[in-house]
Amino acid sequence: MTRPDLVIVGAGPAGMAAALAARDQGVRDILLLERDQHLGGILNQCIHPGFGLHQFKQDYTGPEFADQYIREVEAAPEITVSLRTFAARFAPDKTLTCLRPGRVDAIRARAVIFATGCRERTREMIPIPGTRPAGVFPAGLAQKMMNLEGLLPGRTVVIAGSGDIGLIMARRLTLEGARVQAVIELQAESRGLARNVVQCLEDFSIPLHCRHRITRIHGQNRVEKVSVAAVDDDLRDRPGTAFDIPCDTVLISVGLIPENELLEMAGAAMDLKANTPVVRELGVTSLPGVFVAGNAGNIYDLVDSVTRDSERVGQKAEAYLRGVA
Amino acid sequence: MKKRLTCIACPQSCLLEAEVEDNRVRSISGNKCPQGEIYARQEIENPLRVLTTTVRSPGLEVKLIPVRTDRPLPKHRLQEAIQAAHKIKITRPVRAGDVLADNFLSLQVKLIATRTAK
Repeated sequence: MTRPDLVIVGAGPAGMAAALAARDQGVRDILLLERDQHLGGILNQCIHPGFGLHQFKQDYTGPEFADQYIREVEAAPEITVSLRTFAARFAPDKTLTCLRPGRVDAIRARAVIFATGCRERTREMIPIPGTRPAGVFPAGLAQKMMNLEGLLPGRTVVIAGSGDIGLIMARRLTLEGARVQAVIELQAESRGLARNVVQCLEDFSIPLHCRHRITRIHGQNRVEKVSVAAVDDDLRDRPGTAFDIPCDTVLISVGLIPENELLEMAGAAMDLKANTPVVRELGVTSLPGVFVAGNAGNIYDLVDSVTRDSERVGQKAEAYLRGVA
Repeated sequence: MKKRLTCIACPQSCLLEAEVEDNRVRSISGNKCPQGEIYARQEIENPLRVLTTTVRSPGLEVKLIPVRTDRPLPKHRLQEAIQAAHKIKITRPVRAGDVLADNFLSLQVKLIATRTAK
């Protein structure tokens, strides 16, 4: 059993910013766990610009923003990085059980920060009726396929929901040769940033149908088309408005769910509707010495705000270890 | 003629109103910072976009290296630029910021790697 002062679960922007801030405050024994093979988290697949305008006064892409932190983390002797490490269990005495290739380890930390991010909401959660053919992907998964694996998810695409990831993917797919037929949004206006509506949809004349919903996905082996209808302000289908859009792929971009199963497992007070731990102030959970940072605690629009707040959480963890909080 | 547009210089997404004559901007309002004026003038007179895509990197620890242009290029040439980027292959370790192509497409822009990989 190893016993570091501070364990941080997740090495995306939140985990790395928290680790560096705790180090800056004087924590000397930090263990940073990451289930992927690389540092950087979701930023690695966000290859578009628009990151860092506040934090660095620079227009970075996601990987470039991550690189600012990766270089510092890798150079810090106080921070031990453990890649391909999956935290599978968390107990109230702050013991983490971790899976690594070929082994299982127990780590008992004096303080823990969960920077575990989010997963995507899926088709089943909206839900969209119809068949269950291949070709229905959460938008962020499609982003990973394209930007990390080099796979094009489909040729003709309809995007359900106008979250930022869906908008970014509309542009990405179009530039890579796919045809994006439409974005279908239940709400009266886009859920994404206005700049993304402009530069990802309007730039390519991709129609955004607000107050519409996909009523059915058709196709046996592969998606063949979707049925769409307009809805009224009570979200009921408006009669006579139904139409079909042929497509081989449907991307789902309808929001994110914070990943906090480990905190819940250890008995932290939870807001089960948001799937976030109840915090009495930024990042401070109901379990002493256990903190939450980044999108796991609260879904942010901008990574600049994630790293700013995560630094404060890293400082709070240090204050706890010093016995002043 | 009045033209309305949303500034995409930063995520504040200011709603701008431009007074346009003969495809030339006479005045701008609605911007919260000087970037808005620069953006509106450029967007109406000659729209530019930064290109980001990926290039193949056989033999490196990741399959693809994300890339960007160091400056924006004319919007109507984005598709052509993507096709050109796809012809590039990286076989040696690369650092974020490394220049992969000088004077890309003879547009006086550089294509740069945005991720470090061995």
